Formats: sequence, C-alpha cells, structure tokens
Amino acid sequence: MGLLSRKATCNTHGQDSSYFLGWQEYEKNPYNEVNNPNGIIQMGLAENQLCLDLLEPWLMKNPDALGLKRDGISIFKELALFQDYNGFPAFKRALADFMGEIRGNKVSFDPNHVVLTAGATSANETLMFCLADQGDAFLLPTPYYPGFDRDLRWRTGVEIVPIHCTSSNGFKVTLPAIEQAYRQAQKRKLRVKGVLITNPSNPLGTTMARDELDLLINFIEDRQIHLISDEIYSGTVFTSPSFVSVMEVLKDRNLDQTQVWERVHIVYSLSKDLGLPGFRVGAIYSNDPVVVSAATKMSSFGLVSSQTQYLLSAMLLDKKFTKEYMSENHKRLQKQQKDLVSGLEKAGIRCLDSNAGLFCWVDMRHLLKSNTFEAEMELWQKIIYHVKINISPGSSCHCIEPGWFRVCFANMSESTLKLAIQRLKSFVSSIGMKSQSHQELKSLRRKARNNWVFRLSLQSFYDREQDTTTKVSFSYRPHFMSLSNIAATLDAAA
Amino acid sequence: MLSSKASCNSHGEDSSYFLGWQLYDNNPFHGVVNPTGIIQMGLAENQLSFDLVESWLRKNLDAMGLKKDGESVFREALFQDYHGLPAFKKELVEYMAKIRGNKVTFDPNNLVLAAGATSANETLIFCLVDPGQAILLPTPYYPGFNRDLKWRTGVEIVPVHCWSSNGFRITMSALEDAYQSAQTLNLKVKGVLITNPSNRLGTTMTREERSHLITFAIAKNIHIISDEVFAGTVFDSPGFISIMEAAMDRSLENENPGLWNRIHIVYSLSKDLGLPGFRVGMIYSNNETVVSAATRMSSFGLVSSQTQYLLSNMLANKKFTSKYMKENQKRLKRKKEMLVSGLRTSGMECLKSNAGLFCWVDMRHLLSSNTFEAETKLWKTILCEVGLNMTAGESCHCSEPGWLRVCFANKSQATVQIAMRRLRDFAER
Repeated sequence: MGLLSRKATCNTHGQDSSYFLGWQEYEKNPYNEVNNPNGIIQMGLAENQLCLDLLEPWLMKNPDALGLKRDGISIFKELALFQDYNGFPAFKRALADFMGEIRGNKVSFDPNHVVLTAGATSANETLMFCLADQGDAFLLPTPYYPGFDRDLRWRTGVEIVPIHCTSSNGFKVTLPAIEQAYRQAQKRKLRVKGVLITNPSNPLGTTMARDELDLLINFIEDRQIHLISDEIYSGTVFTSPSFVSVMEVLKDRNLDQTQVWERVHIVYSLSKDLGLPGFRVGAIYSNDPVVVSAATKMSSFGLVSSQTQYLLSAMLLDKKFTKEYMSENHKRLQKQQKDLVSGLEKAGIRCLDSNAGLFCWVDMRHLLKSNTFEAEMELWQKIIYHVKINISPGSSCHCIEPGWFRVCFANMSESTLKLAIQRLKSFVSSIGMKSQSHQELKSLRRKARNNWVFRLSLQSFYDREQDTTTKVSFSYRPHFMSLSNIAATLDAAA
Repeated sequence: MLSSKASCNSHGEDSSYFLGWQLYDNNPFHGVVNPTGIIQMGLAENQLSFDLVESWLRKNLDAMGLKKDGESVFREALFQDYHGLPAFKKELVEYMAKIRGNKVTFDPNNLVLAAGATSANETLIFCLVDPGQAILLPTPYYPGFNRDLKWRTGVEIVPVHCWSSNGFRITMSALEDAYQSAQTLNLKVKGVLITNPSNRLGTTMTREERSHLITFAIAKNIHIISDEVFAGTVFDSPGFISIMEAAMDRSLENENPGLWNRIHIVYSLSKDLGLPGFRVGMIYSNNETVVSAATRMSSFGLVSSQTQYLLSNMLANKKFTSKYMKENQKRLKRKKEMLVSGLRTSGMECLKSNAGLFCWVDMRHLLSSNTFEAETKLWKTILCEVGLNMTAGESCHCSEPGWLRVCFANKSQATVQIAMRRLRDFAER
C-alpha cells in the first residue's frame, strides 16, 4: 500500500516536465533594469501589469474600501465573520454587472447564477467535479493553457482529449477536428461530457468568431453535452473584432429558454482583466440551478476572502472608474502588442494576427533546424540560455505543429520589451551567420545525444504564475540532450 | 448529465446541522429588532475579542491600506505564489509555536497555506488517501467532515466510537474496533484524524490518548492528522499539547522517522483570531512529498495576497498577539462558566471542558426514550419552541443519544442570559 495517495505521487499535475527549466533559469537570474540588466527577461508570464498605476490612485481616493469601512464606520467585524459561500451580495451584483459591461451589455448576468471561487483555477476544477466523473472526458481545442492539464484532470480524474487546430486556418476550430476528437475519445472508451474553450484564446490571443461559436453550440446540442467557455481574457480585447461571448450567440439564436442554455457555463476571473491575480477572485456562471447549487457548496473549498470581496465590490461599483480603466487598459495592451509584433517583424518573425490577451502566438518555424518538437525544444533552450528570454514553447500548450511560441508582453515596461526585441533580433541575425557551422554542430550533437541524463528535480514551477506550465509529451521527443551537453555544445560552436 | 458528485448528497448539507441554520436564517434573534427570534447557539465562532483586533487595526492603518511607512506596497501585495508570502508564513509559524507555549518550533518551509481549514483538510486527504480507502475519526466529530473529507475525494470515514462512560476519551480498543470494522468493509485504513482540542467536546487530548494514537499509528503504519484549529482557545488547564510536541517527546524524528513523516497538522485563524471570512488555513507536515504535493494543490484555494499582507503585519506585532491570546482566553473562560452555570440551573450538566467555543451538554435525562429519534424530537423542540439552535449529537455521529453542542463565543452576555432564561422556563415545564 502506498504511503501517500496516487495523486500525491503521480505527475498528472504536469509540473515535472523539463519545461519548468525556463522558470528555474529565470528565478536564478531574473532581469532587472537596474540591478541585473543581463538577466533573463520573463516573457512566459501572462500577467497584466500595465495599469497598476491606475489602480493605486483609486485605492488612495477610496480609503474606506481598503480600510473595511462603510460610510466611515468600520465593518471589520461583519467582514471578518462573513464566510457565506453564497458570497457577498454587493460583490456578486457588481461582478455580474461588470461582466455584462465587458460584453457591451449585449447579455446580462444574474448575480444568483454567479458562484465565487478562489481564482479561475478553482472555478475550472470545480466545474469538472460538477459535470464529469472520473474517467469521463472533455474536448479541448489545441493549443491550450498548459495549466489545464492540472486544473481539469489532476484531482478530478477527468481526461482531456484534444481538438487539433492548425495554422492552415489560423488555428480556428473546425467541425472535422471536433468530430475527430470525439471519435478519439470513443476509441479510448471515454465518455465525452463536454467541450471547454478559452475565448479569447490562451495562447493564441484571438477571439472566437461567431461561426466557430455556432459550430460548437450545434455540436453540443447534437451530442447533448456541456460547453464551458473560459472567458477570463474577455476584458483584454483591445481591437476588432470585438468580443462575442457564447451567451450572446445563444441569446441571438433564441436558445435562451432551451435545454442547451443550461449546458453552457462560463468561467471568469479578475486576474487578467484587472491585473489582480493575487486576490484570487474567480467565478462560475451557469444557468443550471443544480450546477449553481453544487458548485456553491464546493466553493467552500476555495472561498474568496471577504476582505477582498469588499474591496472589489467598491471598485467595480465605481462604474466611471471601471469604464476609464478598461478603456486605458485596452489602449496600453494594444500599444504593447503592436510594439512586440512590429519588433518581431523586423527580426523576420511573424505573429498570428491577434486582438486580445496578454501575449502573442509567435511563428518561429523558420528558425527550427527541422520540423520536429526536438528542434523546438532546442530553439527554446537557446532562447533561454543565449537570448536570455523565457517564453512558452507550443508543445507545452499541446500544439501539434512545432515552432510556435507564446510570448507575453503585458508584464513589462516598454523599455524592457524593446530590450527583449533587440535581443531576439540579434539572435536571429546570428543564426543566419552560423548556418555554415551548422554541419559541424550537427555532428557534435549526435555525439552528445548519447549521454541522456535528464530529469530536473521537482521544484516550484508555478512559482509566479500558472500560465506557463507544460507537460512536454515524451512521445514527441524521444531524444533529449542533457543540459550541460547542450550548453557545452553551443559554447563549442560559438 | 451532471457528475455523480453534483447529484448526490455526500456534501451532507441535508443533515439537521444545516437545517437548524436555515431556520435561524429565516428568523434570527436580535436584541432590539427581533427579541423572540431564534438564538444561534450552533455556530462555533469566536466573537469575543474583536475589539482587540479592531483597536490594532485603528493603530495600524497602513497594513489595511497596503502601505508601508506611508508608501504604497500595492504591487508587492499582488503576488500570486503558491508558496505564500514568506513574511506571513514566518509569522504564522511563530504564532503557532507561541500557542503551543513555544515547546515546539515550526519551519515555515513545511507550512502550506490553504483557503481555510476546510480546504486544508480536503487537500491533505487528497494527498494521503486514494478513493475507496478510509480514515478513522473519533466520534463525536464536526459534521462538516462528511463533506470536507469524503465528498470529492471519494474517501470513507470509519468512526472510532467514544462514550460518555469515560468522558468520550479515545481508547485503544475503540481504535482497534474501528480498524476491524474497516477491514470487514474491505476498506484500507490510511490514517486517523483527530481534532485537538475537540470540536464538539471542548476538551484537549490527554497524555494517554496521545500515547494510544502514536502506538496505534506505528503498529498499523498509518498517518495521524491532527486538526488543531481550536488550539488557541484553550482557556484552562490542562494546557494544550500538540501532536508535534508529543512526537518530539517520544523522539520520533530519530526513533521512528516513519511516523514522524506521517504526522500532519491542520490549522486556521478562523477560530483563534475570529477571522473565518478571511479564509486563512494551513497544513503543516514534516513530509517533504506531502508539502510539495499540497503546495501544488493549494493552487485550488490560495489565500488572498491582500489578506496575507494584512495578517502578516498583525502577527508580527508580538505585543499584540501576546495580549490577544491572554485576553481571549480569559473571556472564553468567563463565557463558558456563565453557560455552564446557566445550564446547571436548568438541570443540565456539561462535559468538563477546557477549550473551544462550545460546551458538550448532557440532556439524556430529557429524552423520552434512549433513542436518536427522541434526541431529534428534543432538538427540534428546543429549536422551534424554545428558540435556540443547538447542534444535536446525532449530526456529530455521537454514539449515544442525548448530547448536544451549545456554542457560547458568538453571543453577548445579555443574549446568553436570555437563552438561559428560555431554557430554564422550558426545563421547568
């Protein structure tokens, strides 16, 4: 009998992958404009740090919100004792309103259908527990947020079956791809309980088109399964096309009083839009009262601190502030994204056309030595060690085409972004100059490949942010150079 | 359509424990506005020492305002690291040690933060026990465990029966019996979970009980989870001895490192500091693998960084925590004595207790028959006719009918007096 549970000793949490190397390296040598200008720049962290300067003055002007006062009177006791899993009513109302506004008020949300959870991480897991049993499956379009491997599967025992999307059509979801995934699940004897989409997409940074949403709704209607729409980036849509929530499509198609209405659930959070990941504010929205009821009870395992609920209810109720904030937020995101895209273009690197998110989906296929994930890993390691930038390789997001990388831009200043682009530009030109010594390099590598070692120790890989985890599937990479060998080889070739 | 978890009732919220709450919510007592309403005596909350916390807050506005020396630390307060704010964990382990009379020290690296003890308990079970396996729990126990330990984990609870004949103390034979029952049911026992101080009884574990547990855990090669959320509410002798202290006394780290690595503590600030709304819980373990797995699992229930920042400042003020602990214990003792004597005048005796926010009350003599049906009838009468919401022993899996848990730390003196008067009238009838 194992001493601990299988869950504690397996690696379904996905944090064992060699990917976390990027994090480890960053932690050892983090870039700092003043103290460590040659350190590794963190571009693997999907955090929105562009508008903190707008939040701070609001806090100064609203001391009651932080000071847990109402009209100058302390309500500390009331809040300290408030642990009702139905949530602080004023906060749920404010949150429901805020969600409506993000969607241009084309849909409205009922606060009684909102379940508060400690972040979207908790919301997603809770929804799995409510909708699926151990051994059931959810279909997910690839590429997807690496953290889903943990959030949806680890403790729930639910499986993920990928819906493969490719660059041939801009990674859009197609009916053949969905059906193929469904068949795969059946082959694996898995009962499909639903589809989970992230809209806007992480890692693509694109919003789903209406026809994609129609396709999905038709599919789930037909198979009588659920659709979860993780819309945590809905407030980061900075340019057209504008955001269309699945709720809006359902309403437009007059499906709001039908059965399918109760099988569509939304996950939201304030971590990306408001840039407040530390406060752990997530939400499930569902029109199925049984789901709301079960999820509410389950939220006991991850309630939102009442101190935080109070602060944010005051903030979200200030409609003038939230409107200005969102508008400025979009402006800054757009600028930063444009800077990254044009900077990369000058280095001969293209990005998928995007209109949302805190990152770009970058095409580095032309920089690969071969069209393989091994080559992708090699390129990624070079970027960490030599270019000194941490980015997320597509394989960690289960992308089926090698060569794509997610590069975040919203967690740094303009100048840091410029520096990162500069480093990448230099790297790309140096690759060009080194194409002659490539042959020499190849034979050196062949020798080094015979010395596998390789297993990095388990460390805190979610140290900062869960967006960058990956479970690099070993079926893609049968061979793997040991780190010291890579470094030595690259040095030798330099 | 939905999962079996969503459609079953393993969350246990249909039990009488929660029913009483619902009725209270519909008709809550209020000294001025609703003096005939139901008085809530089923809620183990500590409201006696808020004035001390509020006074600290008034003198330390910066901590609430996310400032340090007048400068905003808002950005620093925004981190999302499942290792927790280092300053906060450091203060927590020092506070935990202080509660234990500094007879044990804790390493912040072995501490995992969770959104309340509810989350901590569930996470520990996910780490230690597989679905279909079992843990042993001495009765009577906190009804919420049915949900926290079983619902999503798929784990079974097998009760360790305790009886009033020896003050509900855990005996070796009770442990052995429970183990045998589990075996009969084909359930692999992975551990025993104790609540010390006990939530129901308000008592701290005796040396003998601790000894039985350790011997038993060694013999069966199982885990000990010690839920010590009420550790700071020990207001009378005998003092509190944590399982960690017992382990150290027996030099388990050297003598039996296997068991040393199978001892885990759950703690929270909800009961001691009266801050349940802030969702601050934690797991402490000497087992590196458990700490590592639990840390990753804590992603599903992290503590708000805003709250971590505020409380790390509060706990750093050692003068405050010393004063708070002392005063809190004094007030708890006073309230408890008030309740005990009030109940006595109504002919009800309480189990002798030295901790907790409640008394374990013997109402067996008021039962029409020695059955749980009679107990439920009595409980309902007290709820609906006397207007007091107490917790019936059956909902706590007590093995004998007639015991009820009555909370005292969430009431003012005046309210307790009213409650006692109502009970007296009822008893006279």
